[in-house]
Amino acid sequence: MITSILLTGVGGQGTILTTKILSAGLAQMGYDVKMSEIHGMSQRGGTVNTQLKFGDKVYAPNIGEGEADLIVAFEKTEALRALPYLKKGGSILMDRKEIMPLSVLTGAAEYPHEADKELEKLVGAKVIPAGEIAESLGTPKSQNICLLGALVKALDLPEFDWEGLISRMVPPKTVEMNLAAFRKGLEA
Amino acid sequence: MSGDEAVARGAWEAGVGVAAAYPGTPSTEILENMALYKEDVYCQWANNEKIAVEIALGASFGGLRSLAAFKHVGMNAAADPIFSAAYTGVNGGMVLVSADDPGCWSSQNEQDNRLYAPHARLGMLEPSDSQECLDFTKAAFELSERFDLLMLLRMTTRVCHSKSLVEQGERQEHMGKYTANPAKYAMLPANARKRHVAVEEGLAALKEYAETSPLNRMEMNDRKLGIISSGISYQHAREAFGETASYLKLGITHPLPEKLIRDFCGQVEKVVVIEEGEPYLEEAVKALGIFCEGKAYTTRQGELSAARLRAAFGLGEAAESVSSSLTAPPRPPALCAGCPHRGFYFAMQSYHQRLVAVGDIGCYSLGVGEPFHGFDTAICMGSGFSIPIGLSKALEKQGDSRKVFGILGDSTFFHSGFNSLVDAVHAKANVCLVVLDNSITAMTGHQQNAGTEINLMGYQVPAIDIRRMVRSTGLPEERVLEVDPIDQAAMNAAIQKALGDRETWVILSRRPCALLKEVIKARGDLRCEVDPAACKGCKACTKVVCPALTFDAKAKKAVISDPASCTGCGLCMQQCRFDAIRKVGGKA
Repeated sequence: MITSILLTGVGGQGTILTTKILSAGLAQMGYDVKMSEIHGMSQRGGTVNTQLKFGDKVYAPNIGEGEADLIVAFEKTEALRALPYLKKGGSILMDRKEIMPLSVLTGAAEYPHEADKELEKLVGAKVIPAGEIAESLGTPKSQNICLLGALVKALDLPEFDWEGLISRMVPPKTVEMNLAAFRKGLEA
Repeated sequence: MSGDEAVARGAWEAGVGVAAAYPGTPSTEILENMALYKEDVYCQWANNEKIAVEIALGASFGGLRSLAAFKHVGMNAAADPIFSAAYTGVNGGMVLVSADDPGCWSSQNEQDNRLYAPHARLGMLEPSDSQECLDFTKAAFELSERFDLLMLLRMTTRVCHSKSLVEQGERQEHMGKYTANPAKYAMLPANARKRHVAVEEGLAALKEYAETSPLNRMEMNDRKLGIISSGISYQHAREAFGETASYLKLGITHPLPEKLIRDFCGQVEKVVVIEEGEPYLEEAVKALGIFCEGKAYTTRQGELSAARLRAAFGLGEAAESVSSSLTAPPRPPALCAGCPHRGFYFAMQSYHQRLVAVGDIGCYSLGVGEPFHGFDTAICMGSGFSIPIGLSKALEKQGDSRKVFGILGDSTFFHSGFNSLVDAVHAKANVCLVVLDNSITAMTGHQQNAGTEINLMGYQVPAIDIRRMVRSTGLPEERVLEVDPIDQAAMNAAIQKALGDRETWVILSRRPCALLKEVIKARGDLRCEVDPAACKGCKACTKVVCPALTFDAKAKKAVISDPASCTGCGLCMQQCRFDAIRKVGGKA
């Protein structure tokens, strides 16, 4: 039994660190874990996808279309963009945070503000306002760890010592704020 | 551990003494991680892949184990020494690492470098996960010495950038000794003819070894279908077919183990070869007179995935996905806020009637399409300065008076652009060659180059001055213009000067990458601010298309919508006729 998770966001949102923490936790729990990321050109303000698969034995590291059990989107339209990867019956965990791509800034495309509503209706997407939670904590950058909290809850793996792991893996100065965001995410 | 990290770890454990590379996605992290072992391993970013291979070759001649790494297209640049070094063989073991990029995630083509192994007469190993990256790297050094062959470790993006669990070992020091042996190492015709015999003997011996090597293995399950595969393709096949097929998983893919392949094919009813890219294994199996299929199911293009294989082979139910009537607006990579290249492209776009622009490989490639239409062609490293020579001659013959602008970066200039510059000056070409010098190799994630004062290992080194190199061609001082690209008045003046005659010009567009640590530190919280009272909503500032600046359609005012990423470069400010944008913050 393999669980496939696609994490998607915009360069700079911390999707890769989130995936690293999740992989490390799953590996410590004894799962075989493979994580795949595409970087290079994608970090210049483009979409960033990381893919994680875990189970007894994982072969292929990447997730094809229609294969993801769970999509975690750090940005509203990125959830929409990743939709083809979702398995029928799979679920979406998403932030409603909006980051305008240049195509919208230049007027070449329109931003679909109602994407979260659409995905709620279509596949029962769960919307976690992680960006807003992080901002209310005064630490907008901890959006990713807030989503990690919600993700751990969605995977039903809250009993592992995630807080210890986060403390070791985020920059030392940000431990407290990230732990606060993580707890909020668990409750959300 | 990623595949790249595991290769570095494996090389370190194998006792490697010298490692060199030119950065290129997805291979870059190999040398970056190698440098973590700088106490044991001399590591260097070479100016190009050919030089990296030659540095490693020198170390091998000297008796040390050595490694050179590059992305697939880098192997083309390095092919010259590789084909001859295959003949010399090694003293200390030598491993070349090629990181191929099926699907062109960050490359200009998707060439399959497995084809280099038979062509150049190299031994080749293909790891399929991070553990194998470590194990195969170590094995490659041993095989290189045992059979006196240059070894190629061939990886792909999903092997390089996927992370999986790895068991590590300890380092075993390896220290040979230099002994002069021109008959083996000096490839003059008389020696080369003899060495060509020796390399064929080495390959024949490696082939014999491959027949029983644990690096190749059979997994016998259901025997109706037998799958031959290697590298990441094996993982996709294994996931898609599970135990409904038997597998011949090849770790050594040149030379191929003929007896083992015959043995496997004899035990299964039908043979299918699953591989990304070229039908390399398929054609080799067919050449043995064995019927098999491969590219009948998948194409030469793109990456494989288990899902793609399931669809191609009609396994189970086709993966079904959900679709929405909404579409996500495109979000391609773009020039960052504060990027110096934006200043150059913004200035140049006013002159598109009078010039034709030629690009190259780097962050500045992002200037190609919307909104600046920065250049028309991009081929390979350094070509941004040579294509203009030929193109300018073509335009001249057609009576087209436009001047050709060639564009490349500092790292590309050191890679091979300088050679092209010399030719352009020598040819008196009607071109303007622009070095977008941002003081770092930026696209691959800020690697040092010959222009930086610090090297890969963190040591102080002499920085090579591009301006003096340009001047060394004899171009007169007045035709070498050094400009801050954000300063639009100066950049416009420079472009106009270059357009004013039919001589060869050079513009050094100089400003460090806005994301460099020391630049960020020096900047402090410097940023731009729009005064809403003064803003008339004319949108002139939005023409610079900066990700930190948005036009608020409701308020009809420009706004710095992302102050955290605004660097206060002031490019937008220079467009404002109402003094509504000013710089704030910054260190005293």
